[in-house]
Amino acid sequence: MVQFVARRLLEAAVVVLLALTAVFSLQFLAGDPVKLFLPTDTTPKQIEEFRERLGFNDPWLVQYGRFMRGAIRGDFGNSLRQGEPALGLVMQRLPATLSLSAVAMALALGVAIPVGVISAARRNSWFDHAGIGATVLGQAIPGFWLGLMLIYVFAVWLNVLPTGGRGTWAHFILPSITLSAFVAARFARLTRSMMLDVLSQDYIRTARAKGLGPPRVLYKHALKNASLPIVTLLALQLGQLLGGAVITETIFAWPGVGRFLVQALLNRDFPVVLVGVFLTAVVYSGLNLAADMAYAWLNPRIRYQ
Amino acid sequence: MRAGRRLPLNRSGAFGLVLVAVVAGAALLAPLLSPYGPVDSNLVRSLEPPSAEHWMGTDQLGRDMFTRILYGARVSLAIGLITVGVSGAIGLVVGIVAGYLGGITDIVTMRIVDVWLSFPFILLALTVSAILGIGLQNIILTLIITGWVVYARLVRGEVLALKALDYVEAARALGAHENRIIFRHLLPNLWTPIIILSSLQVAQFIVAEAAISFLGFGVQPPMASWGNMLNEGKTYIYNAWWMTTFPGLALVLTALGVNLVGDWLRDTLDPRLKF
Repeated sequence: MVQFVARRLLEAAVVVLLALTAVFSLQFLAGDPVKLFLPTDTTPKQIEEFRERLGFNDPWLVQYGRFMRGAIRGDFGNSLRQGEPALGLVMQRLPATLSLSAVAMALALGVAIPVGVISAARRNSWFDHAGIGATVLGQAIPGFWLGLMLIYVFAVWLNVLPTGGRGTWAHFILPSITLSAFVAARFARLTRSMMLDVLSQDYIRTARAKGLGPPRVLYKHALKNASLPIVTLLALQLGQLLGGAVITETIFAWPGVGRFLVQALLNRDFPVVLVGVFLTAVVYSGLNLAADMAYAWLNPRIRYQ
Repeated sequence: MRAGRRLPLNRSGAFGLVLVAVVAGAALLAPLLSPYGPVDSNLVRSLEPPSAEHWMGTDQLGRDMFTRILYGARVSLAIGLITVGVSGAIGLVVGIVAGYLGGITDIVTMRIVDVWLSFPFILLALTVSAILGIGLQNIILTLIITGWVVYARLVRGEVLALKALDYVEAARALGAHENRIIFRHLLPNLWTPIIILSSLQVAQFIVAEAAISFLGFGVQPPMASWGNMLNEGKTYIYNAWWMTTFPGLALVLTALGVNLVGDWLRDTLDPRLKF
């Protein structure tokens, strides 16, 4: 196990270093990076001064070395708009994003797992058909449209919930539903198909034969054995939530990292963009790593492959 | 393809095919289905609710929403098909090269793929699109740059599995040339997983384009894209519900149709694939 963990940690570290390189290279995707950092009406003289000041005239390798040295110390430069260190500005907004993601994930699991279990237990019932329909729809509805429709119905038409912002628990309702819909659909589908697999096993028949009640068989015996892929998906989907947060936060004016990043992209504030993209990659890789570890811990056969 | 004639059609697959056919028909026949043009504005009749003349109402410039949705289908389908075609071709080549050659080529390629996949898709696409700049061509380029990796990973995995099979070994033992092994023995077995993945990727790319255009990057007005129509509709959500409802419905039905076709293809062609 120790060897497995060490190897996966090393791999993750390599991916993070390469992600940093990718983020650095992104600046050069459109040719001249300076154009990204400055408004379009800048004079050539200003551009030249800026280029010199930020060191864009240095050889590529020197720039790369400087970027990596700074990045490893957490220094990505200052926000071009706010003049403060970009990393700090992004970190300030992290709690808002994490709290929304946590609520959305809790909501997704809270709805999806019972739906998946009941659908599998009563296969081909009306509940099962309705459940499958809802998950297919849930995967086809883009979050940003669901968000707009929820705003229209609950904030504009019924006028019972706020359109956006953060403050009370009521502010959580619409964004977390929006963010969780897709994830909940995936979980419900996966739970259902895993439960169907497990329910046909001999030990379930044994459990039933020895007279255990249906809830005990379903939740204690079946769900426990079906949970392995669910745990893996949990970590992977948490990463997806971070991506989804970009759009959900923008629609609901949620003051988190996602909305801040979209604003930075619109304002061409690239130091902030680089930090945001990089931090997301780190969290995302961390979650993938956690998924692998959880999998290896729950299923020892994996460790020796 | 021989298997094509024997595909048993189930109910949800048929429903998906109908949805896709309706959207494709709407896109192809747009000028015949509506008397208006997609950018014909009429300020006297702006923000009108749905009526006999304007089935889905008009927007803030008095343009007919139904017409714009029809033309938006062209943008969505064109983007979906072009990006899937090109990113699939790139991923196929990269995947075959990495899987077949193995060794250092494989390690380097797969590290690049890992890095690409370490960013959430929509965030990476948004960033690349902001860097490349707005417009139809750049959104296509963005989706290609971000989309090829899933194909590369899939193809590489399939090639590794196929390479180990006896018939490939046998072909090599008989002295078959590399090209012959790749084109005659590997490629024909790669089409099924690629077709299945592509059907699912089309929906993802169409939704990604809409999301990026919705946030103000990507396809710009006055060209009609469901994403930028939703962006305009967001401003008028208090007084014109039809501006956000109908483009979104078009997007959902398209994504639903393509997903159902994809699920059906996966379940019938290759039930062991899971993605």
